[in-house]
Amino acid sequence: MTSTSSKKNKYSVIGTSPIRHDALGRVTGKAKYGVDLRLTGMLFGKTLRSPHAHARIIKIDTSKAEAHPGVRAVITTKDMPIVKDEVADFGETMANYRLLAELCLANDKVLYKGHAVAVVAADNIHIAEEALSLIEVEYEVLPSVLTVQESMKEGAPLLHEQLTTRAVAARFTRGTDTGVQSNVASRILIEGGDVEAAFATSDVVVEREFNTKMVHQGYIEPHNETAFWAPDGHLTIWTSTQGAFGVRTQISKTLGLSESHVKVVPMEVGGGFGGKIRSYMGPTAALLSKKTGRPVKIVMNRKEVFESSGPTSGSNMRAKIGATKDGKITAAQVYLAYEAGAYPGSPVGAGASTCLSPYNLQNFSIEGLDVVVNKPQVSAYRAPGSPAAALAVETVIDEVAEKLGMDPIDFRLKNATKEGDRQVSGVVFPRIGCVEVEEAIKNSDHYNSPLEGKNKGRGTAMGWWFNGGNASTAMVTVNSDGTVGLVTGSVDLAGTRTALSMQVAEVLGITPEEIYPSVGDTDSIGWTGPSGGSRTTFSTGIAAIQATNIIIDEMKKRAALLWETQPEDISFVNSTFISSKNSNDKFSFKELAGKLMGTGGPLSASSTSNPTQVGSAFGGHICDVEVDTDTGKVTVLRYTALQDVGQAAHKAYCESQVQGGAVQGIGWALNEEYYYTNDGTMANSTFLDYRMPTALDLPMIDTILVEVPSPGHPFGIRGVGEVPIVPPLAAVANAIADAIGVRLTELPMNPASILAALKNKK
Amino acid sequence: MPTVWIPSLAQRSTGAPEKVYIPQGSLRQIIRNLEELHPGLWNEIMDQDEDRIKPELAVAIDGETNHFGLIQQIEETSEIHFIPAISGGS
Repeated sequence: MTSTSSKKNKYSVIGTSPIRHDALGRVTGKAKYGVDLRLTGMLFGKTLRSPHAHARIIKIDTSKAEAHPGVRAVITTKDMPIVKDEVADFGETMANYRLLAELCLANDKVLYKGHAVAVVAADNIHIAEEALSLIEVEYEVLPSVLTVQESMKEGAPLLHEQLTTRAVAARFTRGTDTGVQSNVASRILIEGGDVEAAFATSDVVVEREFNTKMVHQGYIEPHNETAFWAPDGHLTIWTSTQGAFGVRTQISKTLGLSESHVKVVPMEVGGGFGGKIRSYMGPTAALLSKKTGRPVKIVMNRKEVFESSGPTSGSNMRAKIGATKDGKITAAQVYLAYEAGAYPGSPVGAGASTCLSPYNLQNFSIEGLDVVVNKPQVSAYRAPGSPAAALAVETVIDEVAEKLGMDPIDFRLKNATKEGDRQVSGVVFPRIGCVEVEEAIKNSDHYNSPLEGKNKGRGTAMGWWFNGGNASTAMVTVNSDGTVGLVTGSVDLAGTRTALSMQVAEVLGITPEEIYPSVGDTDSIGWTGPSGGSRTTFSTGIAAIQATNIIIDEMKKRAALLWETQPEDISFVNSTFISSKNSNDKFSFKELAGKLMGTGGPLSASSTSNPTQVGSAFGGHICDVEVDTDTGKVTVLRYTALQDVGQAAHKAYCESQVQGGAVQGIGWALNEEYYYTNDGTMANSTFLDYRMPTALDLPMIDTILVEVPSPGHPFGIRGVGEVPIVPPLAAVANAIADAIGVRLTELPMNPASILAALKNKK
Repeated sequence: MPTVWIPSLAQRSTGAPEKVYIPQGSLRQIIRNLEELHPGLWNEIMDQDEDRIKPELAVAIDGETNHFGLIQQIEETSEIHFIPAISGGS
């Protein structure tokens, strides 16, 4: 692997790569995941799920299951409180609590195969599974729709009888309400300039239609939730989640409890990528616990994870881009129809807002539709909505460059967006690194290395993601030996305990190993948004820095007491408190930490960040492939991912995030899909059949970190985790087009698709 | 005067132009003034059940996130954008 950073590091801790604090626990199996939890008297829950993609529930008879030995309770929708139809913000995710409750237990209809219908709590998991077979459900099976095209056809079966384009979970930018029932939940439109007139002045115009399939985040650890509803009315939930506070809000709203009566304890997380923000089983585990008076644990199996959690949208898209012969883009028109799954809420808004961001355009039109289909409701997945839209735009950009006879990066550079340019929303870009990333591509060894041989090709693509801000709380405590405790509300998905510790260590001038970080539950730390939106190292880092600065100010007061001077006379430089009144008055941070008990007592400080200026980020990828024209197999020969990471916080983390995003994107491009039969059954809901790339499938992913500091963070840190999944779909597609001379516009680009494309070419 | 950027569909439904200049004040006052100039914009922006901006919306003021909602005071030279709230995934 080649790894390159674009600048010299001016920090002592930031920008290095210390071993993560949780490494030993992770590799020795000592880390506590949700499935490891064992509570006295604990029962085991199992969910009965719909065998139909769309059906009305006529009757549920649970009597036989309830009478089964070892079964302690059974619940159905009649046990769920009536939940208010309310759209609310619980972190970085919008949610309608009534619909979230219906995800936990179907109401009068099941809307996808795998929709929860009833839940059993029993003495062990085997009894619970056996009891499911004793529950009798009478369904009236209804016709289903599985794609946005089917769903939008006139006369298509309606998932929600009350849904018009503005009736449920309505969005600001929705279309006019015609009053006609529809599976289109919302419509967005973003326009600027005069697209038609601009196309008329173009020397080259390329338009293509694209289709992508629903894909899953593919986290290894399945969803798990354990609930104990204590006799005093307080409910505790232990779960694998990206955001404990969001789960607390969802569960309290769903069950009609005050938030103060719900404590959520986040366990270690074995992968999330956006899919572990909402709770699927917390409310049902809680109700079963209330019924039985005992703790109840529910764990999804892999099939349930695929069929009943939240993947990301399949799509139907069109992109049309025009340019003059000197390489200036005249106009861009994009149409995005995204599957929402069974309930409204696809990431089409994000796709629409991000897809043209690498380009400074005056004339554009982006239409987005959020369309319900009989599949699981989609959830966030790493830069949600952006990779598919980038596939459409970046493929057409590549083809326009090809038709103009221009190098694709030169073409992008000629139209690149810069600080001061406007996004399609009209918002002005602050300091960004689009040009820097594209120049780094041009200067890279990979881009300048020849690729020779038959059926080999090279592709490039760009991508952009907003990155998140949101509030975070951090608490710093000073120990008498000079070590420091750090508690935050941010669940650690990818080593953020260490990335946050590094920021505290940098401020204090000590080592990251001298910081002891932990993640608090909702009773022990202040409100913190979910670990999503590439925000944790950025936003929680600011909270940790702020709390550390309070500590330094307090320690100056302690030193002032000892030196009989004023705190203003004391500076803190290189981990040393120094008096300006007497050059002999010096304490190292550690020395002064040992004197706290004699100068007023122990010291701790907390702070909450809520940053307003968030550093968005660009990435650019280069992909070389070889296509076997006999079998259709695509081999990735070489892959380089470049990204503006701002100031790299933990260099190895930045590299691994970029590599991980690239690998997930390559899997999405080449292999992954929810393969549905006509009756709405996912036919490949195992990791054996849902083919994600392994280390054997890919070369090492080279990375080049481009460091354009973010103006919104004291060290210039930007979010890193999401951007790298945006470019790969198009980079791989463009490489395949370069290799075989055919543009593939449907994902996945698996061997069957390649062979079909080659056949059509002939 | 502060500049309010009106989203495309709201331009179509209310006849408002892309940009509207409104005297400075709180965000609530500015939205009220928008409604007077272009009836319908209030309903497009405000939650129908509660006294707040629709939760599906994010408000950016000079490109930065607004954490004060309707009580946010808008400066003379500021730009206001109403954009879809975005969820993140990693």
